[in-house]
Amino acid sequence: MADELIVDIRKRYKGGPEITAALSLPLGKPQVTVLFGPSGAGKSTVLRAIAGLEQPDAGSIRCAADVWYDGARAIHLAPQKRRVGYLSQDYAVFPHLTVKANVAYGSHRANADGLLARFELTGLADRYPRQLSGGQLQRVALARALARQPRLLLLDEPLSALDAPTRLRMRGDLRQLLAGFEIPAVVVTHDRTEALALGDSVAIMIDGRLRQAGAVESVFDGPADADVAEALGVETICPAHVVSRSAGLVTVEIGHARLVAVDNAGPHPDVFVCIRAESVTIERNPSGNPTSARNHLPSRIVSVSPEGPLARVVLDCGFRLAAIVTRQAEEEMALRPGEPVTAVVKATSIRLVPR
Amino acid sequence: MEWQAIWLSLRLSFWTTLILLAAGLPAAYWLTFSRRKWKFLVEALVALPLVLPPTVLGFYILLAIGPHSPVGRLYAALTGGMLPFSFEGLLLASVLYSLPFAVQPFASGFAAVDRRFIEASWCLGVSRPATFFRVIVPLSIPAIFTGMILSFAHTLGEFGVVLMVGGNLAGITRTVSISIFDDVQGLNYQSALHTSLFLLGVSFVVLAATYGLRRRVWAVWPMS
Repeated sequence: MADELIVDIRKRYKGGPEITAALSLPLGKPQVTVLFGPSGAGKSTVLRAIAGLEQPDAGSIRCAADVWYDGARAIHLAPQKRRVGYLSQDYAVFPHLTVKANVAYGSHRANADGLLARFELTGLADRYPRQLSGGQLQRVALARALARQPRLLLLDEPLSALDAPTRLRMRGDLRQLLAGFEIPAVVVTHDRTEALALGDSVAIMIDGRLRQAGAVESVFDGPADADVAEALGVETICPAHVVSRSAGLVTVEIGHARLVAVDNAGPHPDVFVCIRAESVTIERNPSGNPTSARNHLPSRIVSVSPEGPLARVVLDCGFRLAAIVTRQAEEEMALRPGEPVTAVVKATSIRLVPR
Repeated sequence: MEWQAIWLSLRLSFWTTLILLAAGLPAAYWLTFSRRKWKFLVEALVALPLVLPPTVLGFYILLAIGPHSPVGRLYAALTGGMLPFSFEGLLLASVLYSLPFAVQPFASGFAAVDRRFIEASWCLGVSRPATFFRVIVPLSIPAIFTGMILSFAHTLGEFGVVLMVGGNLAGITRTVSISIFDDVQGLNYQSALHTSLFLLGVSFVVLAATYGLRRRVWAVWPMS
């Protein structure tokens, strides 16, 4: 049997929701598991419980053959004995020690110089943390955690303490760094792009519960329910009623509008229709030529709001449908609130989840 | 000027501060990080010398270290001497009397250390005691310094407890404050004036040096 980290815990804070989490991840291959969900969902608590900084109320945490926590047997292994690398949100680089002393802190035998070189910190070895930038602090914290050769890396919102340009740059760097060390990692984030950029697999946590887990693409393309779809940032989520099913396609009704979608929700009469804004095309004058898209919805523009190089357009086509277009397209087509347009959605871009 | 009394007070303050550093650090650590429900009782006990009249404290210490008390008998068995009206007895009383002036600044310093540094150290495999010396103490240096200065200054100026426990034996228990009192009683105002001035000067220099060396906002009055 391959070595696994198996977490199955419950924890309740006074006045808060109960946090339950059951997940397992393979320790053999160096893959990154993203624990994703909105703020306050309990992601950090799960991470801290794995690190040993938080004691669950019940359940168990096992790492390969070792029991780290077992509520029934009153086992709670100290963080010192778990050999995990834990990075808190703001890295907690010791302010009274130099970069080199920070990296060598946990392990006297560690090859601090090698790690400094690998993390491009050699020139900063004698600096103090207050003289470093956010990105540099993150590298120091990572090097320090890796000096102990942990079995597992735990990163709590690793990019949230950085300013926006640094965050963009570090997202790619972090992915490469994590891939370079043969250590499995769990990364907590509430940012969708971060989850996509960093993760091999993802576990979605909402309101203290683990709702869906799997490979990143399969979870992002196929949310299991409306809550997960919302957490993943799917802009349009509407309750709909199935009218007919045939040949793998399904026709659903939302108010007076009808949509054709690929039947992927199972035999449920009531579903949620999930449509990403980037899958919606807006047409001014229907050409009448046949197109591959199955859904052409006569709509009226409700609002147009610019978002950098893009514009978010909300349409009323019997239900509220969000679309995202370039500013260029918006100007060329002169999209203004109140005007009639046609919304085009491919049947394959509609995700149905059971209601 | 009573040089003998000044020298005695300085020695007493030095040893009191040293003992409070050794005993106060673990005590403050326990007070800061223990999760015992009855911790508040110990906190109140440590703070008692702040509110109790020195005579009351001195009286109890005198009873506790008397030749017929367990402590007194143990001390006699070990050393053959007696604690009351001796330098050692005075030292013990001073340590108890100045306890909150060391422990409270230490504890508030420890409590101000960001918990994430402590947790980071634990996750790097460093034990709790080692984390205390490698992270908590270095990050609490200003607070520890404050506690030591306050203990030293407080011991230098103590009067009531000394009078109760140590009496007035030249070279053994006659501290600066006792000698000033003695001089005034004997209408020897000139000597009292000089010694007082010296004490005032030393106290001011010590406190000014504390503030000047590290221009930070520290409470001079211990607060938790």
